Amino acid sequence: MLPHLNFAESNIDFLGKRRITIAISVVLVLVSVALLATRGLNFGIDFTGGTLVEVGYPEAVDLQPIRQQLADSGFAGAQVQTFGTSRDVLIRLAPRADDPDQATLSNQVLNALGSGGPEGAELRRVEFVGPAVGEELREQGGLAMIYALAGILIYVAVRFEWRFSIGSVLALVHDVAITLGIFSLLQLEFDLGVLAAVLAVIGYSLNDTIVVYDRIRENFRILRKQGTEQVMNNAVNKTLARTIVTSATTLLVLFSLAFLGGAALQNFSIALIIGVLVGTYSSIFIAATAALLLGVDRQVLLPVKKEGAEEDQTP
Amino acid sequence: MRNSYPAWLYALIIVVVLGMGLYAAPNLFPEDPSVQVGDPMTGEVDQNIRDLMDTILSAQGVTPKQVEEQEDGQVLLRFETSDDQARAADILRNALDDTHTVALNLAPATPNWLRAINGQPMALGLDLRGGVHFLMEVDLEAVVGTAMERYSNELRRLLREERYTFDSVERGPDYLEVRFTAEADRNAVEGWLNRQYRGELAWEARGSGEDSRLVAVLEDEHLTELRRQALQQNISTLRSRVDELGVAEPIIAQQGEHRIVVQLPGVQDTARAKEVIGATATLEFRMVSESGDAFEADASGRAPSGTRLYHERDGTPVLLQRQVMLTGDYITDASSGIAQDTGGPAVFINLDGQGARIFSRVTADNVGRLMATVFIETTTETVEEDGEPVMRTSRSEEVINVARINEPLGRRFQISGLDSTREARNLALLLRAGALAAPMSIVEERTVGPSLGQENIDRGMQSVVIGFILVMIFMILYYRVFGVVANVALALNLIIIVAVLSMLQATLTLPGIAGIVLTVGMAVDANVLIFERIREEIRNGLSPQAAISSGYDRAFTTIADANITTLIAALVLFLFGTGPIKGFAITLSIGIIASMFTAIIVTRAIINLTYGRQRRLTRLAI
Repeated sequence: MLPHLNFAESNIDFLGKRRITIAISVVLVLVSVALLATRGLNFGIDFTGGTLVEVGYPEAVDLQPIRQQLADSGFAGAQVQTFGTSRDVLIRLAPRADDPDQATLSNQVLNALGSGGPEGAELRRVEFVGPAVGEELREQGGLAMIYALAGILIYVAVRFEWRFSIGSVLALVHDVAITLGIFSLLQLEFDLGVLAAVLAVIGYSLNDTIVVYDRIRENFRILRKQGTEQVMNNAVNKTLARTIVTSATTLLVLFSLAFLGGAALQNFSIALIIGVLVGTYSSIFIAATAALLLGVDRQVLLPVKKEGAEEDQTP
Repeated sequence: MRNSYPAWLYALIIVVVLGMGLYAAPNLFPEDPSVQVGDPMTGEVDQNIRDLMDTILSAQGVTPKQVEEQEDGQVLLRFETSDDQARAADILRNALDDTHTVALNLAPATPNWLRAINGQPMALGLDLRGGVHFLMEVDLEAVVGTAMERYSNELRRLLREERYTFDSVERGPDYLEVRFTAEADRNAVEGWLNRQYRGELAWEARGSGEDSRLVAVLEDEHLTELRRQALQQNISTLRSRVDELGVAEPIIAQQGEHRIVVQLPGVQDTARAKEVIGATATLEFRMVSESGDAFEADASGRAPSGTRLYHERDGTPVLLQRQVMLTGDYITDASSGIAQDTGGPAVFINLDGQGARIFSRVTADNVGRLMATVFIETTTETVEEDGEPVMRTSRSEEVINVARINEPLGRRFQISGLDSTREARNLALLLRAGALAAPMSIVEERTVGPSLGQENIDRGMQSVVIGFILVMIFMILYYRVFGVVANVALALNLIIIVAVLSMLQATLTLPGIAGIVLTVGMAVDANVLIFERIREEIRNGLSPQAAISSGYDRAFTTIADANITTLIAALVLFLFGTGPIKGFAITLSIGIIASMFTAIIVTRAIINLTYGRQRRLTRLAI
């Protein structure tokens, strides 16, 4: 049996160290934004448009003869790399503005691979995205993100209070920015699947933040004698076990996806793993701090009824 | 204190568990590799053909496991192995020639009793079963040009028939112009034209005296209607072309205002698929002009009035009359073969009644003169111009055959002059399937080979199963009896997702599997919240029964808030996302809703049954 994570008696002063945690987060977010501004994201063909051909060979192959084959057939700009295993080869062609026949490029590539070079190329996957479609997908993705944030802002404002709503969106932006920043730093490919993962990170991070806020609201009702900072610290401590256990189970599944799900799901699971880790950090260190800094206190949450009416509930 | 649920709630849980289990069950039965045979037009296969197929297949030693007739009359032959399936398909294709379509298929082996209650397995996306996905953009602006062409031909004929005096009918990119040499002529015809084309063309008089003109543009409503029709015709043309390719269960559907999605499961030869889907080849028949010198026109670039300059395949210029005798629209059937006279590749053409009447009249009028067959091919692609995507259509028109009309041609005739049998076959196919009303270009393609599809299923399933087992082990180690209860809920959650996906016949894609995996991870969250709360209440000194009750109650609002916010995110993904993101959002949403039921109600029911009746409960295995 595993030892229980018992934070019942613990009273770690998370908010007392807010100067340090905020500094860390601000630096990370700024670095991420700077990375996104300078290096940008390595957008996949879903967003840039272009052609991608994946072929499988019966045995491990050298990339050089394949590059040569393609160059001989007029695909000098083709980017050739292995994918997953050394038997799988991924060929990428940038969108060409003046090409009359983009849609059939993939067939020409296959023809080119058929002559000379390694034997037995088998088509595994072709993706062609026209430039117009790529742009639309990029726009739609951005829009989806903005609408998701707006929907969440409204729901949290209605269920809690506007300060919480701003706080949870700040935590979200923090998580998404850092996840994207790491993708930019490592230049991992950003495709539709990764976009879905980033949107799932929004859902997950929110889940975590709401649990903490829920506890803060409850604590203000119960712990009437304690100051705002103490009440919030207590809430983070009380939810700590849950935060860690849930992240652990989600990570278990995500690691299984990353290691066993195949190359197609790799970047998707990496994005989620980063997002869950950052999200866990932010719900412990940032969510409550943001609420505190935004001015959440007992008055804001519990409109003054009859003073002292519930005095006897204080433990 | 005791914890118990009312009896109806237990009954509800049992009903849901049984129902979901029943509808998830079809997914347990593997699919049969099968061959689907049908008549290209009606789908039906008569008894003679069936007997023939039986005889041929048993003679070759490939006996189907089961033969059944489908709702649309097609015959489905199930085989034990995919080798048998491939062999049988080859044999049948050879034996049945072009008369029937023979398509490979994976038929679900759902038992009859499940089919009787409409139980079906989940539909697998192309990324899991292999196949081609095309997104086609229809150039609806071209509809205007086509309409102008049609109107100008019709006007010339009608004005002549009605014996109105006019100089010429000219066609602009989006307008028509009828020229007159005198205003009186124009005034005579204007009223008639307005009546004739009410709701279609808007006429306006311009110029005066010798330069009198009537200019027409399309009415807005009529243009909208034309566009709608063009898109519909393109869809139905694509459908018949895809049927010609012999694809089982293709999906052809409109997406947005001017796009069409084409999904062809199992198709591997994407080059052929593209050739057939994207091509817009058709024929036109025109008389060869007897006046004017084609070589001179070629050199100067100006054709004499009433004629147009064309080239034959070898580059020889030829002048044809501007007036089209017959377009490809009247063709009902076409087949490829060998020309009777030259022995080269040829296409045999059948016309419909109206086409045959027109054609026999015009050919009768022109016996002894030369007629040309013009092969028109349109290709369209989207290119970027000044950073803006623009659709560019290039149209190539070639004279493939010039022949003397020896006698009036009727319903059936042959065209020779094609380069290869492959070209003859493709032309026949395109003529059979009809023309596209507007040019289209492929703006997105996603092809997944069969080996990768299988690999994606295997790997996706493997990661789900292993992730699932890891979480279950963790839960048992950490929450003991309560962990076991949470695991039951988790398993039920998975069954509900599969059952709901099967009932909705939603397509399961790779991102969908990822959504399921994520749900598995997050579904335990509700139980974690509840169990941590129960532990906390016990530490606070509550009795076990009171702790259970209070733990569930207090965790509920948290779970509801957390899940609803995630559901909002999933809903937005579904509304604004495309293909793969949608699949992810669907499984995530179903998973979240199902987890509210399984993690809260079902676990509580099991806990109540286990502990709820023990009056002197002192310890909980949590």
